[in-house]
Amino acid sequence: MMEVPRGIVEEMVLSFARGHRLQHDRVRDVWIVQAPEKAFVIEGAAPHILRLLDGKRSVGDIIQQLAQEFSAPREVIAKDVLTLLSELTEKNVLHT
Amino acid sequence: MTLPSPPMSLLAELTHRCPLACPYCSNPLELERKAAELDTATWTAVLEQAAELGVLQVHFSGGEPMARPDLVELVSVARRLNLYSNLITSGVLLDEPKLEALDKAGLDHIQLSFQDVTEAGAERIGGLKGAQARKIAAARLIRASGIPMTLNFVVHRENVARIPEMFALARELGAGRVEIAHTQYYGWGLKNRDALLPSRDQLEESTRAVEAERAKGGLSIDYVTPDYHADRPKPCMGGWGQRFVNVTPSGRVLPCHAAEIIPDVAFPNVKDVTLSEIWNISPLFNMFRGTDWMPEPCRSCERKERDWGGCRCQALALTGNAANTDPVCSLSPFHNLVEQAVRNDTQARKNFIYRRFKN
Repeated sequence: MMEVPRGIVEEMVLSFARGHRLQHDRVRDVWIVQAPEKAFVIEGAAPHILRLLDGKRSVGDIIQQLAQEFSAPREVIAKDVLTLLSELTEKNVLHT
Repeated sequence: MTLPSPPMSLLAELTHRCPLACPYCSNPLELERKAAELDTATWTAVLEQAAELGVLQVHFSGGEPMARPDLVELVSVARRLNLYSNLITSGVLLDEPKLEALDKAGLDHIQLSFQDVTEAGAERIGGLKGAQARKIAAARLIRASGIPMTLNFVVHRENVARIPEMFALARELGAGRVEIAHTQYYGWGLKNRDALLPSRDQLEESTRAVEAERAKGGLSIDYVTPDYHADRPKPCMGGWGQRFVNVTPSGRVLPCHAAEIIPDVAFPNVKDVTLSEIWNISPLFNMFRGTDWMPEPCRSCERKERDWGGCRCQALALTGNAANTDPVCSLSPFHNLVEQAVRNDTQARKNFIYRRFKN
């Protein structure tokens, strides 16, 4: 069953909320999100998705670009992207 | 030899000077004077070494860190090094030009402390007249700047009943996060324990108030419970020398802000040695690292890599030996000391010994 996350649609342009940012941790060689009084490691597709959040690209643009970059079916990429972005928006890490 | 994993955060205690005198202050009883404080160049080197070592977040703290005229400069150094900067402040020295300068320097987050929701309660703890109004003004300025803000309330027997009002204040001031932290009993807090320690009923009521607020949503809540009422100890600092490094105003490097009470060990200083050498090979950072140092009942305990034997400073303060199991643990042979303190709460002493240089 493919569950389509609600709330985030392809036309939206998302960016990091103030006090949050994506960062490569050179010492541990992992990607992290810096947040108020904590930092959390993100893995798998997440760093690839989040590095494309530049305040200009829409969610749809990001899906398109990743589908090309990874030569993967658009709907597979779309599910990953929408799931991650919904989750982080719900946690107030991202906003529109 | 494999090196220990690097620290995640640095607590930079820029100064012990502070306009407030809270009787549960986390600073040591022996406060460091202004003349002993590190200069800007040395703090800059500390931040560079911390980033190099793997620190991700720096918490500028004190005392009152805003008492340091170079705070803005140090925030911009942190920014340049890609360190996430958090200012832990009482807010009483904050005004619009200072906040604007901090914002421009790249400050990421502010943790603003409140001693209470009432003016009388706040002044009784902080000892500074007019502090509450200044804090509220500071919170409004921070809110307007857009810098993310956490309100911090330390709770104890005198203010614990007002937790619902604390949440209401946080919502009114537009804070995204609230920390409700029960007093921790080290140093000044331990000196004032009998006046501060809540009863079990008060604790249960406070936990209910936090849960009720969580259920409402819209506010991120950190809740720190008082370990005196627990059966198992807290994983103090996430384990000795595992995640956290503290630098005092004069440059001493510690595994936690209370560790200066540990006897028979040298406290390395950033003026003499690099942070990386201190973290990796100093006797201080290795003395309680991991599990090899543990006595029974910790050594054979299935929780030993979860709570790391609890808190070394608490073991020392209550049992006289830092290498003992934290007496908060019901398996500790010294657990009766904690039970006794909890029982004594009916005859609570009302006078505080305030945190001041002369006390």
